Amino acid sequence: MTATEILARMPYGKDFLFVDEILKFDENGITGTYLFKRDLVFYESHFENNPVTPGVILTETMAQIGLVCFGIYLLKDQEANTKPAFAMTSNSIEFLKPVYPGDKVWVTSEKTYFRFNKLSCKVTMKNSIGEILCKGTIAGMLIRHGNG
Amino acid sequence: MSKEEIIAELKNIITPYSEETIALQSIDDDTDFLKDLKINSANLVDIVLDVEDRFNIEIDNDSMAKMLTVKATVDIIESKRQENAG
Repeated sequence: MTATEILARMPYGKDFLFVDEILKFDENGITGTYLFKRDLVFYESHFENNPVTPGVILTETMAQIGLVCFGIYLLKDQEANTKPAFAMTSNSIEFLKPVYPGDKVWVTSEKTYFRFNKLSCKVTMKNSIGEILCKGTIAGMLIRHGNG
Repeated sequence: MSKEEIIAELKNIITPYSEETIALQSIDDDTDFLKDLKINSANLVDIVLDVEDRFNIEIDNDSMAKMLTVKATVDIIESKRQENAG
């Protein structure tokens, strides 16, 4: 499975997709990037005249790369004919530095376990000079959709 | 380890994952993890992983699918422990 194939299987529409590229992946982890474009709609209100990326969006970005992209790769063989998705079931994230409009982030995820359809990972988000922006654990359950 | 001891350990493992304090206090053979303790599937996985660590056994997919009540779980723990001993 290639990075392009992983991204093609992401179940999100363009307004709620928070991954641009997958840089590397194997059975133990994955790394991907996302650029927070300046015109993202939530910057108008969070906060007024002081745009900062909301923590829930940072968490979502970490989950989309670290849990969903990674999970799609881990399921490459057994889910060939379905579109697998993961529902986030828990997370515990520390936010260490703010992320501003125009910032590009690197998300790295390491598998803690993937058993009985539950994937649990340690996920870290870094900036372009390698500083940790947020880190924590994210877990989700595999949801099987029908064909297509 | 007696059956009562296994149930007591199981109760310790389950307690952090359930808000149903009354059902937890009166836990017995018939207690159903989903119906009585309102444990969701994601937390059930963590309970099974904790059971593996605590009892030093490995739970396979078939066993996991059966582990929905205290009785079924105790039966599986006892049979896996016997396999390990033998």
